Amino acid sequence: MKLRKLAKMAIENRIEHSFVIKGKDFGNAGNVSTKIKDLLKEIGIPPSIIRRVAIATYEAEMNVVMYANHGTLNFALTPQKIEIVVDDRGPGIEDIELAMQEGYSTATEEMREMGFGAGMGLPNIKKNSDEFEITSEVNKGTKLRIVIYLDSKNE
Amino acid sequence: MNRKIKKMTLREIKDLLKCEVITGDDNLDLEVLSGGGCDLMSDVLAFGKPGMLLLTGLTNAQSVRTADIVDIKAIIYVRGKRPDKEGIELAKKKGIPLLTTKLMMFEACGILYSAGLPGVNEAEKIS
Ligand SMILES: Nc1ncnc2c1ncn2[C@@H]1O[C@H](COP(=O)(O)OP(=O)(O)OP(=O)(O)O)[C@@H](O)[C@H]1O
Ligand SMILES: [Mg+2]
Repeated sequence: MKLRKLAKMAIENRIEHSFVIKGKDFGNAGNVSTKIKDLLKEIGIPPSIIRRVAIATYEAEMNVVMYANHGTLNFALTPQKIEIVVDDRGPGIEDIELAMQEGYSTATEEMREMGFGAGMGLPNIKKNSDEFEITSEVNKGTKLRIVIYLDSKNE
Repeated sequence: MNRKIKKMTLREIKDLLKCEVITGDDNLDLEVLSGGGCDLMSDVLAFGKPGMLLLTGLTNAQSVRTADIVDIKAIIYVRGKRPDKEGIELAKKKGIPLLTTKLMMFEACGILYSAGLPGVNEAEKIS
């Protein structure tokens, strides 16, 4: 990372990083979430917060890998909160309300063999977030915004 | 029902289920707080608790990745299954012991439950 960028982050009290998630790349699925988890551990964020961030990012990352072609995960940490925006190019979601229901899944046999497709991902992301927004456009892509407060008592 | 529940070391669990240790031989004094059997990774992410032991029949690297995400202490693969090479490498890096037992899921869970290992919700009540 460039020194100037680091200096800017220090002044603004904000750590930011953007990660790329490749669609259909099951071999690397989960790498981004593991990296974020390791980073938060190193910074000394409370374990209960790390856990919620890790679960939410992992479910979001898996959805990009399973359903989309390509995605980015933008991570930002400030003294108050952690904000994660996952933006993908892919099929999008036609009925968001349905997709948010526990148990609803369009996962393929291959995904189920890997242990996914319980239809629990999106509801679990919401459960672990203090703020959660999902927007989607069919044949374009899906965007999630997840915010977790550092002082939150959620769970 | 008032059953006696307790934390268990991996060594005790290894003996009860006649496990073979795949990785983490030097870490068998590790204590697990609870146990759960599951092949669905999203269920593990939804219901898994820190310090738990996961029994699973899922052998790809995602089993280890998922365990790491929710701070699961150790994994036992049932029915003699073994994780793939990637999973083993990741487990070594993350310090998560992996064991395998010839027993089926139901039997392995039953033995640990009878020996006093609590389920995740049960464990929460006492802690
Ligand atoms: N990024 C995405 N792009 C397109 N469709 C998506 C995306 N994320 C979720 N979906 C759709 O919403 C459904 C529900 O998603 P959710 O994450 O809750 O469950 P799942 O991925 O099917 O199973 P699980 O997350 O339990 O492994 C998916 O089956 C899929 O149809
Ligand atoms: Mg999902």
